[in-house]
Amino acid sequence: MPTPDAPAAPATPPSRAHRTAGRAAAQPARDMANSPAHQPRDRRLALLFAGLGALLACAAALFLTWGVDGHWDFALPRRLEQLAALVVVGTAIAVSTVVFQTLTQNRILTPSIMGFDALYVLVTTALVFVLGSAAAEAIPPLAMFAVNTALMMGGATLLYRWVLGDGTRGLYTLVLVGVVAGTLFSSLSSFMFRVMDPNEFDTLMDQLFASFNAIDTTLLGIAAVLLGAGIIATYVLAPRLDVLTLGRERAIALGLEHQRTVTVLLVIVAGLVAVSTALVGPITFLGLLVANLGYQLTRSHRHVVTLTAAALIAVVALVLGQAILQHVLHFAGTLGSLINLVGGVYFIALLIKEARA
Amino acid sequence: MIALVLTVTSLFVGVAEIDLGSLLTDPAAREVFLISRFPRTAAVILAGSAMAIAGLIMQHLTRNRFVAPTTAGTIDAAGLGLLTATILFAGASVMSKILLAMVFALAGTALFLVLIQRIQFKDVIFVPLVGLVLGGVLRAISEFFAYRANLTQTLEVWMNGDFSGVIQGRYETLWFAGGVALLAYLFANRLTAAGMGRDFATNIGVNYRLALAGGLTIAALVTAVVIVTVGAIPFLGLIVPNVVTMMMGDNLRRALPTTALAGAAMVLACDILGRWLIFPYEIAVGTIVGVLGSAIFLVILMRKGNRYAHA
Amino acid sequence: MIEIDSVTKSYGPQVVVDDVSLTLPDAGVTSIIGPNGAGKSTLLSVVSRILGADAGAVSVEGLDVFRSPSKEVAKRLSILRQDTHMTARITVRELVEFGRFPHSHGRLTPACHAAVAEALDYCDLGDLTERPIHELSGGQRQRACVAMVLAQDTRYVLLDEPLNNLDMVHATGLMRLLRGLADHQGKSVVMVLHDVNYASAYSDRIIAMRDGAVVQDGPPESVITEHALEDVYGMTFRVHAVDGDRIAAYYR
Repeated sequence: MPTPDAPAAPATPPSRAHRTAGRAAAQPARDMANSPAHQPRDRRLALLFAGLGALLACAAALFLTWGVDGHWDFALPRRLEQLAALVVVGTAIAVSTVVFQTLTQNRILTPSIMGFDALYVLVTTALVFVLGSAAAEAIPPLAMFAVNTALMMGGATLLYRWVLGDGTRGLYTLVLVGVVAGTLFSSLSSFMFRVMDPNEFDTLMDQLFASFNAIDTTLLGIAAVLLGAGIIATYVLAPRLDVLTLGRERAIALGLEHQRTVTVLLVIVAGLVAVSTALVGPITFLGLLVANLGYQLTRSHRHVVTLTAAALIAVVALVLGQAILQHVLHFAGTLGSLINLVGGVYFIALLIKEARA
Repeated sequence: MIALVLTVTSLFVGVAEIDLGSLLTDPAAREVFLISRFPRTAAVILAGSAMAIAGLIMQHLTRNRFVAPTTAGTIDAAGLGLLTATILFAGASVMSKILLAMVFALAGTALFLVLIQRIQFKDVIFVPLVGLVLGGVLRAISEFFAYRANLTQTLEVWMNGDFSGVIQGRYETLWFAGGVALLAYLFANRLTAAGMGRDFATNIGVNYRLALAGGLTIAALVTAVVIVTVGAIPFLGLIVPNVVTMMMGDNLRRALPTTALAGAAMVLACDILGRWLIFPYEIAVGTIVGVLGSAIFLVILMRKGNRYAHA
Repeated sequence: MIEIDSVTKSYGPQVVVDDVSLTLPDAGVTSIIGPNGAGKSTLLSVVSRILGADAGAVSVEGLDVFRSPSKEVAKRLSILRQDTHMTARITVRELVEFGRFPHSHGRLTPACHAAVAEALDYCDLGDLTERPIHELSGGQRQRACVAMVLAQDTRYVLLDEPLNNLDMVHATGLMRLLRGLADHQGKSVVMVLHDVNYASAYSDRIIAMRDGAVVQDGPPESVITEHALEDVYGMTFRVHAVDGDRIAAYYR
């Protein structure tokens, strides 16, 4: 029996999450060595990350071992795969949300709320619509995923560059546009499905789109690679993200190539959303929840810190949530709607709080 | 005019070939006409106009163009009510389902009003946003229980309006919705006054609370009836009143008939489109209205976007 | 030198800056005055590349601000915008550290720490360094923003209505500080001002704009005159000599 957090090792992301956690905690300490005022805060962050890491290890152990009763060689590989998928999904959602919130300068917009994952579903559907379902099924899943992701990254970047515009549209207008765009994308998707094959609508939907109880593990490898690339790019760009929190004008004044940076970051966000949507389908409110918890717990403006915290929280929430749902409540299929429920209530609370501030 | 042409078209579009001649001579054709085609057309007209009126009343009473059954949680609350009735009282009659759905729709809408009243700051965009998310939360609760009761598919059907199941004997409750919508016309002046705000209404001797409660009850009742009978028609109550008041101004009494007609026309058009596109199959009208409605709404938002540019 | 060459900028059909050509000096204090809507702030935004120009070019020490790498421009020119509102929850020190971004890209060197400490000291923010920005008063926040611009350590410092929302104590304090930058550190301070008397008392040169064009340009002695001010603002002024400054009275 491996140590609790070692089982996650086969997929790259979990070990990366741990390493970055350590780095993030250490780095501010080095930078600020000559300003004593920062030390208590750094100790607090180190403790926080240690705590989150431990929590993640426990959650993973629980997820892997709960209720196995003897059939280890059968259960363990399958659960490892699921665990890896949850880690990839959680990290992708957390990172994409934090980055997107910095781009849009607020804490309530998320890629999901702005219809990114509905757009992924639409792109996939449109692809099947154009090619025909028989031809689409003949394409290897990997190639299909690659084409989807590329289309989605291009489409989302163009679309949201236009919607976000020069930043003069009000925040709530943007949110409403996003919510409605999400509805439009998903209505369009189901419209195409009905037109294609009115009888087998549901079978097709199920075949094409994953959910938490039907995680698409065939794509796990490529998803992990994409996620890794996205994370590396994000951490490299982290200082620029820090500058972006000051707003567009100050960022330009400080020498940031604003237009280009935003485009690059939108591409990364779109790619990460594609990763998580391909594996488990759309989840609206997870990103919102974990990003805001991340800000609250770290109270930091440094993206190295907030990104890592949000990712850890997301993975813990998913793994723990899935374990509890499977074993305590016995309805695995509703992790998505459970998250939407909790997240939706939280979203309303957040909206009201922001509106009062 | 358009509504009339569409009505006639709707009557004569369908799987079974029917034309005016066969209607007079062929008893089988007449039967199809009476049992399926006419009820369907009537249902479409009733549901379309009633939902549009519900939307008009809601946006009027909340003084916000973007509030409608879709954006105030009303539809999702009614769905939750219907689900509750189905789960708790297995053999519930249509009437009691409507009643429970209405109670939930009212409660959901009231919750929405309480929520937005807790915010001093009322951004015109912000209010429907809260409603949409509230709807999402209610939807998630429904999904949660539907999953347990194995009713996920049923819930999907309710949430996606479809007139293909409408035949004689299975749509008549919609006349009720139509009647309630007519009631709105009688009280139009009072609703207009309430829409001008509490102070204005009180000043000219209208009981504000009563008018508000009455208006919302009408909207909730209409929504409940339509959902129970044919399923939700998203965005209809949002788009139609917006387009109509854009052209005709805000006097409720004047806008009501046009809104009703335009609502009927839009649903008729979508229903015919749904029947014709993949003939002999059908696309649910909810899907088509969903596509068109959200697209139109987006256009309205993006066009007006800059006028609300204060975050 | 900053060279502004035939810059034009419109919002829709309205031309806000109309074919303006100017050369801003590499030292001293330059003020831009003029009525609302004259195009002062827009011109400053274009010079600092926050807004693109519809036509014309701007160069800083020979660097085209729109075509050169933004970082290189940011080492030579900094701008303080009117709006000091900030969504980021950061401390004063963290804000000032951002001023070092063009030099260090987020990894602070010892030189950076020295520059930050100096800027904090210069703006008298010693007690406030660990306070969150959003808890500060308007005057304190303005000083923190100035400190960030100082930490950026550029030859040219542009400020868009820096006295907005400051009482006279803080306004005078800030003007003294900016004058000191020009006198002791050899910087070129360029700012948009609404108060013609602050412009008169602290500037080496005053540029007056009206309807998107430069209508007066010269030392205070030539611009703060009854005739010139009436031409700019379209109202009557009385100009008095008070303790060696030219003070305009326009209250009646």
